[in-house]
Amino acid sequence: MPRVPGTKTRRNSELVLLLLAMAIVAIFGATAEANQLDKITSTFWVQAALLGVLFLALHVVVRFTAPYADPVLIPTVALINGLGVGFLRRMDIERAIARKEPIPGMFAGTGGRQLMWTLFALILAAVLLLVIRDHKVVSRYAYTLGLVGIVLVMIPAVLPPSISEVNGARLWIKLGAFSIQPGEFAKLALVSFFAYYLVRKREVLSLASRRFLGIDFPRGRDLGPVVTVWLLSLLVLVFEKDLGTALLYFGLFVVTLYVATERASWLIIGLLMFFGGVYVAYLLGASVGGPFANFYDRASVWLDPFAPKFYNREFGGSYQLVQGLLGLGTGGLFGSGAGAGSPWLVPEVRTDFIFAGLGEEIGLFGLSALLVCYLLIVERGLRAALGVRDSFGKLVAGGLAFTLGLQVFVILGGITGLIPLTGQTTPFLSAGGSSLMANWLLIAMLLRISDAARGPVTGGPAAQAGPKQPPAQLHGAMTEVIKP
Amino acid sequence: MNAPLRRAGVVILVLFALLFANLNWVQAYKADDYRTSDYNGRVQVAEYEIPRGVIEAGGQPLAESKATDGTLKYLRVYPDKQLYAPVIGYKPVSGAEVGIERSENEFLSGASDKLFADRISAMFTGDEPGGGNVVLSIIPKAQETAWKQLTNNERGAKKGSAVAIDPRTGAIQAMVSMPSYDPNPLVSHDPKVAAAAYKELNADKDKPLLNRATQETYPPGSTMKVIISAAALKNGFTQSTEIQAGSEYVAPGSGAPIHNAEAETCPGARVTLKEALTDSCNTGFARLGVQLGGDKVKKEAQAWGFEQEDLTIGNLKDGGLPITPSHTGDIQNPDGSTDQAGLAQSSIGQKDVRMTTVQGALMAATVANGGRQMRPYLVKQELSPDRRAIYNANPEVLRTPINSQVAGDLREMMVSVVENGTGRRAQINGFQVGGKTGTAQNAEGADPHGWFVGFAFNDKGEPVSAVCVMLENVSGGHASAEAARISGLIMKAAAGGGGD
Repeated sequence: MPRVPGTKTRRNSELVLLLLAMAIVAIFGATAEANQLDKITSTFWVQAALLGVLFLALHVVVRFTAPYADPVLIPTVALINGLGVGFLRRMDIERAIARKEPIPGMFAGTGGRQLMWTLFALILAAVLLLVIRDHKVVSRYAYTLGLVGIVLVMIPAVLPPSISEVNGARLWIKLGAFSIQPGEFAKLALVSFFAYYLVRKREVLSLASRRFLGIDFPRGRDLGPVVTVWLLSLLVLVFEKDLGTALLYFGLFVVTLYVATERASWLIIGLLMFFGGVYVAYLLGASVGGPFANFYDRASVWLDPFAPKFYNREFGGSYQLVQGLLGLGTGGLFGSGAGAGSPWLVPEVRTDFIFAGLGEEIGLFGLSALLVCYLLIVERGLRAALGVRDSFGKLVAGGLAFTLGLQVFVILGGITGLIPLTGQTTPFLSAGGSSLMANWLLIAMLLRISDAARGPVTGGPAAQAGPKQPPAQLHGAMTEVIKP
Repeated sequence: MNAPLRRAGVVILVLFALLFANLNWVQAYKADDYRTSDYNGRVQVAEYEIPRGVIEAGGQPLAESKATDGTLKYLRVYPDKQLYAPVIGYKPVSGAEVGIERSENEFLSGASDKLFADRISAMFTGDEPGGGNVVLSIIPKAQETAWKQLTNNERGAKKGSAVAIDPRTGAIQAMVSMPSYDPNPLVSHDPKVAAAAYKELNADKDKPLLNRATQETYPPGSTMKVIISAAALKNGFTQSTEIQAGSEYVAPGSGAPIHNAEAETCPGARVTLKEALTDSCNTGFARLGVQLGGDKVKKEAQAWGFEQEDLTIGNLKDGGLPITPSHTGDIQNPDGSTDQAGLAQSSIGQKDVRMTTVQGALMAATVANGGRQMRPYLVKQELSPDRRAIYNANPEVLRTPINSQVAGDLREMMVSVVENGTGRRAQINGFQVGGKTGTAQNAEGADPHGWFVGFAFNDKGEPVSAVCVMLENVSGGHASAEAARISGLIMKAAAGGGGD
């Protein structure tokens, strides 16, 4: 999209914020080195600088391909991503000290690997921005994406546990030293499919209804798709043994459905179905066991993590959860400072529990800032959804942003004992390529849509409606034809 | 579609508010609970950040902290291995401390309020803060002698214990339990090593982890006669009062006769009280106990410290090694009347009477100190990290079971035991030694236990040491004679007369 004089792109704001984020990452690295090595090495800034170069490259790509994109997204994500890499390097230094090895190089260890994954993730994001110049193009491949999404969701469930199971949850495909979490990519494909499907069907779903207790309820025959996705997510719950993933897919669908139809009844039906299903699964786990036992175990552990019978259980116990809570509690309000805590006491602190490890060192204040960063990303995504003119774009941006927020809630809620623990990654923070690449693709999509939302109107039927169009008109529109 | 999008934004806001509220719960409200939780390994790391104080005695370290380059910065080291283990115990990386390491834990770790000022000043001077040091009253020479003589005893006993006390103050001079254990593997920073060492020691049927001097009770045998003598002396008897003896005594209402250890012991019908003690006359003391009555016997034992549930030996202010109470048993028939046969047996330290080695040493110390039983202690001093005295043991009287006249009589009678009677092997040059032997039947067919309780006066007439030595299941006789011999050597070492 060519730049139009007079409309502010805010790209320079993005640049300044990005440099600020990298400065924070550099300070984190320096503090960690000072606490761990009792000195700051002459190369402490290299990691932040390398990350900075990568993000700047994306910034340049955005300047040319999406000049009006939201300027807050990249710096905020870059800050979280950078802190993740910095924390992983801090863990590498910890391990090297414990093993009396020399300090690992910038590209060694999990920190170095995460740096490489960041490179790949940013390349993917840049490619998406370069190839997809208009987000509506994606709708052409909606059914393909839907199929791909369902396949990606189901793969770990049908694979033997030896390939797909990590820590009791079957969310992985492990191939030798290499493992990917297909579910991370599935959410992107599924959002696109849901958005397309709902744009096509929203009229039927929102208009045909029966009134009951003052709420419009859909007709029985229109419940088909909801029931299908509900069953799918419960299958995920039972066979992939992961409540978080199930909640993620189902929440994603119900919210896009609600946004498309503006019917609160869908939310009520969805929530009742989901939590009813979860409760039944819990009861079945307690009485029948079998495939439901895992979920029952997780829920019991969550209810009383400090019970010695759960704490001392070798598999599926509460040891990890308790150690995470103890780390967070020890960090307290201000944290021990980067590099001064003992996060290695928490199992999986590089992946699922990175939030607990980081929380010990940056404290409640640091974690609150981190939460605000996530919130900012989600709300910026929703703002792009509000601003963009076409229904497909609204649903995609809204769905993606909401999913990201929900994922953060599911994993952080699990770690802090708010909800039963699940095997989700913490977006942008956890070590792991799948999560990083999928979430950067998500950000690239949000950038693309926010560019359309914030940019000047350049024509096309969807744009003719005008940026200030009241929702009522969109609402009343006939089933929409998406024209890229 | 914008209205539901905004509501979705509100939902996310609510979810994040929940996260934020819960984080406050975890990191602010519950923070202290979590920080100090038993499950929190950081507690250990922090505990090992500063060197734990030294436990020392006679100028030599018994437990010290050596710097390491691991995650836990200091390793606890016990240079004398098993020699002091029953007393000082050990401080494992995870799990509870034992012994003095347990009772003085706060002071040694530096967390005690008594070290508050030192912690503040360390903050300003930049000195490395450390734990406080604990000085024990143990006399290393006496401890070494006790351990060496006990483990190399001439009768081949495998188990036993010895306690030496300064009768004037109650300071423990030696405390040995055999078999003992090396505490060093138990405090290893490698949890596997520590767990394996504990498992092996805990499974050992000889129970090396048990402090036999403080935690185990045994039938005291003839050492009980000291208490019966005291009761008699309080009730109008004198050393020269003649009591009924003979080679056999059948208590009222009992068929099992009581005999003397050897045929030549008090065969005559009457002996003086002093002679009865000197020769350890069973029939005489059994009759005497029955004559005095069950209540008097029980009360007398209690007056000397039997039945005390809460005695600890450590710091006189608070805490220490808990001492298992010694018991006389109730000496009653089921209908509540005195069990005369049982009383006869109890009077010679059999039946249900049980005594700790510590109680035996306290008995001898009481006699030597003119009737005043001093409260026993192990912690002589607490020193700040820069070795300023924070606490000095101030001896205190625990109880006074007998007046000085009775004590004088008992002293003479017990000296007679060592000079003319069954305790001859306890004699040491340059000291006046008194005591009482004991040979205790314990189980059907098992070899008897050998006891000796005694005291030593130096040439200035000061009671320098009181001791109790106990050997379990000694085969082939002479059990108490061997205990007497070891006792003499321990007291000689404690009095500064050189070991062995």
